[in-house]
Amino acid sequence: MPLGPEKFLILSAVIFALGVLGVLLRRGAISILMSIELMLNGANLAFIAFARQFGQAEGQIYVFFIITLAAAEAAVGLAIVIALFRLGDSTDVDELSLLKW
Amino acid sequence: MESIAFIVLSILALASALVVVLPVVRNAVVCALALAVNLICVAGFFFLLQAQFIGFLQIIVYAGAIMVLILFVLMLLNVHDERHLGSSGFFQRYLGPLLAVGFVALLVTSLVASLQGAEFPRAGAAYGTVATLGQELFTRFFYPFEAISLLLVVAMIGAVLLAKRRL
Repeated sequence: MPLGPEKFLILSAVIFALGVLGVLLRRGAISILMSIELMLNGANLAFIAFARQFGQAEGQIYVFFIITLAAAEAAVGLAIVIALFRLGDSTDVDELSLLKW
Repeated sequence: MESIAFIVLSILALASALVVVLPVVRNAVVCALALAVNLICVAGFFFLLQAQFIGFLQIIVYAGAIMVLILFVLMLLNVHDERHLGSSGFFQRYLGPLLAVGFVALLVTSLVASLQGAEFPRAGAAYGTVATLGQELFTRFFYPFEAISLLLVVAMIGAVLLAKRRL
């Protein structure tokens, strides 16, 4: 059974959808951030699979940039979570309704 | 050999992703460790796809740095258990999973229809090495590369500003 792109792409779709599900089902802010990391990973897998299929390095460069962006996103996101925790002593997104009227 | 590795890795990746996502698991530290397992499995897929450099980058940056950051914040804030499980909204709780399954079905049908039986072509010896990627990064992708370093500085300053109690 030789490996083809479709197996990797289906797997990446499933991982991405699991990330979406996590954002919808989880209520902790940090758990939601982790689900977003899961979605980014699914997209990365699709990029690498297409790069391998077409034999070009561009896809890998994009994944390089996405990993850097994910690091920046995690740093800022977790800093926001810490600030929110100081404010309300909770990271539950249902209880954080300060900006709602 | 490769297909055995693929099957083992995909089972591990899907199981760990389910642990991250499903609100059955209360302990957030368990979720973070499951996410680390998932990230390492995805790095294994990168190795299978002959993207060695990106695979190691995934392990070092994602499974190393970002996971340590998440675990650090989890333990700093001491939010081990989520207070109530699952979302409170009816639509989110029941329509969300339904839409996610529909999304996967849509993607899978279109992918299978367009890529049925496609196989990977033979990759060159230089494919996915540090030399090839470095060449691209410092020639064609030079300006994006510099811009992303600026972004990292901005994110660092922003994180310090947000998390600091008083300036």
